[in-house]
Amino acid sequence: MKLTGAEIIIKTLIEQGVTDVFGYPGGQVINIYDALYKYRDQINHVLTAHEQGASHAADGYSRATGKVGVCIATSGPGATNLVTGIATAMLDSIPMVAITGNVPCSLIGKDSFQEIDITGITLPITKHNYFVNDVSKLADSIREAFRIAKSGRPGPVLVDVPKDVQVATYEFEEEPIPEKFPLPLAKEEQIAQAVAMLNAAKRPYIYIGGGAAGLGLGQEIIALAEKLDAYIGCTFMGLSAVNGDCDRFLGMQGMHGHYASSMAQKESDLILGIGVRFSDRATGKVSAYAKGSKVIQLDPDFSEINKNVTVDLGIVADVKDAFRRIAAEVGKQEHPEWRAAVGKLQAQEARFDSEQRERAGEKLVPRRLFDIINAKKPPKTVIATDVGQHQMWTAQYASFDGPRRFVSSGGLGTMGFGMGAAIGAQVATKDPVVLITGDGSFGMNLNELATAVTYQIPLVIVIVNNGVLGMVRQWQTLFFGGRYSNTVLERKTDFVKLAEAFGAVGMTASTPAEFEQAFTDALAIQGPVVIDTYIDKDEFVLPMLPPGGSIEDIITNVDTKGEKPNAK
Amino acid sequence: MPNNKFVIAVYVDNQFGVLTRVTSMFTRRGFNIDALTVGETEDPAYSRITISLSGDGYAREQLINQMKKLFNVKKVEVLEDGECIKRELMLIKINNKPENRSDIHFAVDTYRAKVVDYTTDGMCIEVTGDPIKIDAFVELMKPFGIIEICRTGIVALERGTTSLLTK
Repeated sequence: MKLTGAEIIIKTLIEQGVTDVFGYPGGQVINIYDALYKYRDQINHVLTAHEQGASHAADGYSRATGKVGVCIATSGPGATNLVTGIATAMLDSIPMVAITGNVPCSLIGKDSFQEIDITGITLPITKHNYFVNDVSKLADSIREAFRIAKSGRPGPVLVDVPKDVQVATYEFEEEPIPEKFPLPLAKEEQIAQAVAMLNAAKRPYIYIGGGAAGLGLGQEIIALAEKLDAYIGCTFMGLSAVNGDCDRFLGMQGMHGHYASSMAQKESDLILGIGVRFSDRATGKVSAYAKGSKVIQLDPDFSEINKNVTVDLGIVADVKDAFRRIAAEVGKQEHPEWRAAVGKLQAQEARFDSEQRERAGEKLVPRRLFDIINAKKPPKTVIATDVGQHQMWTAQYASFDGPRRFVSSGGLGTMGFGMGAAIGAQVATKDPVVLITGDGSFGMNLNELATAVTYQIPLVIVIVNNGVLGMVRQWQTLFFGGRYSNTVLERKTDFVKLAEAFGAVGMTASTPAEFEQAFTDALAIQGPVVIDTYIDKDEFVLPMLPPGGSIEDIITNVDTKGEKPNAK
Repeated sequence: MPNNKFVIAVYVDNQFGVLTRVTSMFTRRGFNIDALTVGETEDPAYSRITISLSGDGYAREQLINQMKKLFNVKKVEVLEDGECIKRELMLIKINNKPENRSDIHFAVDTYRAKVVDYTTDGMCIEVTGDPIKIDAFVELMKPFGIIEICRTGIVALERGTTSLLTK
């Protein structure tokens, strides 16, 4: 069957199982959009307000399902607008295929109108990319792009297609989807060594990262923890991999991790890392990290072993297979002293928690906000966030009832990620989606409210509005003598009117009761709802390990009344 | 830091843009290249890049791992000092003063180098050999006044009968 390049692109997407794409038309992708029109009964295109929104939507789509997210943009500015979204996906290892149009081959390299070297620009932020200047290679390039995006450690791949290649014709035959590139299986002696280390440990700590989040190992990880008498902690990216209700689960550790989780990791004598990369936000000062512990690291990416932290045993392998073989072979352990020690840490954390609630009184504080969200959100709710204090509060307080229900930009920390990602997650799952955002982050890509309204996407957007860029303000308070340089947003934005102007519903809340009412009402409304929620500008994200500090420097309590809190 | 120097040989797809992928990874990860050569191989589908660098064990391991992740990279191998033959070619232009002429010629003979251009004021010498020999020759020429130097960077092959590509 002879097809145009543009048709080959869409037919190959369909062949690869793609049902939804996000994008924005333009001069050098008109042919691709013409093909989208032709095959519109087989592939759904979501038109965003901005290409950045499309890239985050493709990312959110992927995070919520594990499928490869797809976005399309035109050459030049269309392509460069995807860059932040592609980098966001790269840093969190999210499988994505971005397709861009480019000027015809005859105009390449001549600074033509809307010409940009997007494969050059995205070289460091893609797993791989293609400039396809020959229509005979188009289908195979896209097939390979999908295969690369989802194999091993996933990541984004970009395919740049000049206009004349979209117009040219070539034979197209549908092909079966190729298997992912195979990962090595862990060697028997590695499994034996891991099992011996786990059996010998007295204070084991299982440490879950983004590499484990999508593997569906939640129940098995809990079972392993029971068997080993171990505790489970996670990285930011590992959230929602293990059900939070399990009493073996201590939550996120690291810079803003749970006290008990960070302290237990420090006090452990063995850390079993599964799909973690020991990022600086998780370890603090590397030289002081896990000093008393042996470390086992399971990861599909060989370059992660010994990159940030030198480990005692690195296993580069199919993580699921290696985990299951280890779990099957370890013996039943009892560590009453370890249970007692962690019990003490949990009690300490519970004390911080109740002190916090007490101090808050009837005020709407983040803790209370999430008590309400956790209690009221329907089953299967996906919680998306932007970046900043609200994101860390979500990581600390939100509960997730299944894997892939937490959608947030970890590695790159992209403010403005939330709107697009939430839309993508909803399109993918059709489940309820709550976006927790801040007044700063929301301001970056609120134009996507238009998209949510157009497609009547049921989205509850909670703006945790403190009138400041809270995370930077927190650092300014703690480390910059309270000099609030450019973090006070003296904006007069009326988010209710703004929501209404977009065709959405707007509400406000400044007390727990008001928020509970608004949140309940919002869930019943079809289409997007914005709840502008006011909290104090000096709410802190605690605990906090100061940047470059170690666990000994943990800040658990700050007096927010004075300008100079008594940081420990 | 001569101890920290090492040479790696890399087989990559013989396509446009591949060299950029390799070198941009070096920049991105903060590795410094001392010299780099690239050329066709016994198999027209692949090019061979030979890179000389300095760094500690950590840098060496990271660099190889990061390089292996690039999709156009087919094979990466560290060429250990005793087990490979290293060669470099240098063209060096120096002042040709009558009082130095015989010293220069003596050096050229000793180093089995070749005078490839000669004028009354200057001469150009071609030297081939192990990089250490080339370095030594440069040192030797310094007193005579070096005008210009151009070095190819190292090419290296493992001793024996194996090919890196099929090994």
